[in-house]
Amino acid sequence: MSGPAERIVVPKPNHLRRNLIILGVTALIVGSAWFAGFDLGRILLNLRKGGRLLGRMFLRPDWAYTPRIVDPLLETVKMSVVGTFWGAILAFPTAVFAANNFIKNPWIAQPLRVILNVTRSIPAMVMASVFVAVFGIGAFSGVVALVIFTFGLISKLTFESIEAIDPGQVEALQAVGANKPNVLRYAIVPQILPQFLSYTLYGFEINVRAAAVLGYVGAGGIGQIFEQNLAWRNFDRVGLIIIISFFVVLVIDLASSAMRRKLV
Amino acid sequence: MTDRILVRREPNPLRTLYNILNYGGLAALVLWSSSGIEYLGIMQTARGTVEALLKGFVLPDTAYLANWTKDGLPYAIVETIAISIAGTFASALLSIPVALLASQNIVGPRVSKLGKVIVTAVRTFPELILALIFISVVGPGAPAGILAIGIHSVGMLAKLFSEAIESMDMGVKEALDSCGATPMEVLFRAMLPEVAPEFISYTLYRFEINVRAASTLGLVGAGGIGAPLIFAIRNRAWPRVGIIMIVMVVVVTVIDLVSGRLRKKLV
Repeated sequence: MSGPAERIVVPKPNHLRRNLIILGVTALIVGSAWFAGFDLGRILLNLRKGGRLLGRMFLRPDWAYTPRIVDPLLETVKMSVVGTFWGAILAFPTAVFAANNFIKNPWIAQPLRVILNVTRSIPAMVMASVFVAVFGIGAFSGVVALVIFTFGLISKLTFESIEAIDPGQVEALQAVGANKPNVLRYAIVPQILPQFLSYTLYGFEINVRAAAVLGYVGAGGIGQIFEQNLAWRNFDRVGLIIIISFFVVLVIDLASSAMRRKLV
Repeated sequence: MTDRILVRREPNPLRTLYNILNYGGLAALVLWSSSGIEYLGIMQTARGTVEALLKGFVLPDTAYLANWTKDGLPYAIVETIAISIAGTFASALLSIPVALLASQNIVGPRVSKLGKVIVTAVRTFPELILALIFISVVGPGAPAGILAIGIHSVGMLAKLFSEAIESMDMGVKEALDSCGATPMEVLFRAMLPEVAPEFISYTLYRFEINVRAASTLGLVGAGGIGAPLIFAIRNRAWPRVGIIMIVMVVVVTVIDLVSGRLRKKLV
C-alpha cells in the first residue's frame, strides 16, 4: 500500500513444537503397540489359519440351525426394548433435575451428574457380568445392565438438551405467573420431546447391539447360544448366528435411524 | 380491541386415532417384550451377594493396586490403555482410505453409496465377536484386542471422516488441480491439511470410546483389565471387583476429561 520499497516478510513457521508433538505421539503409539505385544509378522503368519476359520464359519453356515436361534434372537430384541423403555422413563426426571436451568440447585444437580458419569464409564458388559453374579444367569441380569446403561446415556444427552433450550419461552411463562410444573409442561417438554425421543431410539440401537453380545457373560439373548457353540467349536453354527444377528441388528439400526432423521 | 387470545383447538379425529395407534403400539411392544423375561428367577442369595459386593466397594483390595508386577492392577490398566491407543491409531489409518471411498465429492455418488454401506456394515458388526474371531486366529491376548478395536472403529471413524471430507471447502483442491498437481499432491497438500483437525478430534473421541471397549474385551480374553475383572467376579472376590471397578471409573473419567480438553482446543 505504501512505498514500493516495503517488503512483506513472512515469518518462517516454527515447526519445533509441532515436530515435538508428532514425535511424542509416535513414541506413544509405538510404545503402546510394543507393550501390548503387537507383532504384525506373527499376525500375517497366522493369516491362513484365520482364513480357514472364517471359511468354516461363513462359507457353509449350518442353515438348518436357524429355527433354534429364533427364540434367543427375539429374547435379545425384547431385552433391548424393556431396557430402553425403563432406562428412558428413569432418565427423563433425572435429566430435568440435572439440568442447571430448571431447578437451579447445585446440591441436586451435581450429585446426579456424578452418578450419571459413573454409570456411563462402566461398560454394559461389565455391569452385566456383575449382575449375573448377583441375580443369576438369564435375561433379567442383562436387562438390569441395559436399564442402567441407557439411563446414564439418555439422561446425559437430555439434560444437555434442556440446558440448550430457548429461555424465552420459560421467561414468557414465568412473566404471566406460571409455576414450575407449568413451565416444565408448556415450555421445556415441548422443546425437548423430539430430541428425547431421538435419544431414546439411539439408546435402543446401542442396546440391540449390546444385548446381542451380553449373553456371552450369561446375561441372556443370542449371545448365550453363541458362546455355547463357540465352546463346542461348531463353527458352522457360529457363522450362522453371526450372519442372522448381523442382519437383524442392521435392519433395526436402519429403521431406527430413519425414524430419528424424521424426528429432529 | 376485543380479539380473543384464547382459541381452543378443534379436536381432530384423525390425530386422536394416530395418537391412540402410536401409544397403543408402544404399550403393546413393551408388554410383549416384558412377557418373555423371567423376573422371578432372582437368585435366593441375591441379597447376600449385594451386601458382599457393596462391602467390596467400601473396603477394596488396595494390595492389588499396589502390586507392580505383571499380575497387578497397574499393569492391567496400562495394557488396557495401550490396546486402546494402538487400536485407535490402526483404525484411524484404515479409516482414511475407506472414508475417501465413501465420500461423494471424491468418488462420485454411486461408489460412495457402496462405501457407506460397507462402513455401516463394519459398524454393526460387534467388537466382541471380532475379538473372539481374532483370538482364534492369533491366540488370546492384547494383539487380538488391538485388531478387534482397529477394525470395528473404522465403522464410526470412516463415517465421521467422510462427513468431514464431504463438507470441506473444495476451492483449495480446485486451485491445486488447476496448477496441475498430481492426485497424491492434491490429497496431501489440499485435502489432508483441511480436514486434519476434524480427523484428529474424531480420533480422540473414538479413543475415549475405545478405552471403555478395551476394558470389556478382556472379558472374552483379548487382553486388558477385563480379564482380571471377570476372574474376580467368578471367584466372588468382591474386594478385588471393587478396586478394579473404582480404578476403571477413575481412569475412564480422567481420560475423558483430558481428551475432551484437547478436542475443544482443536476444533
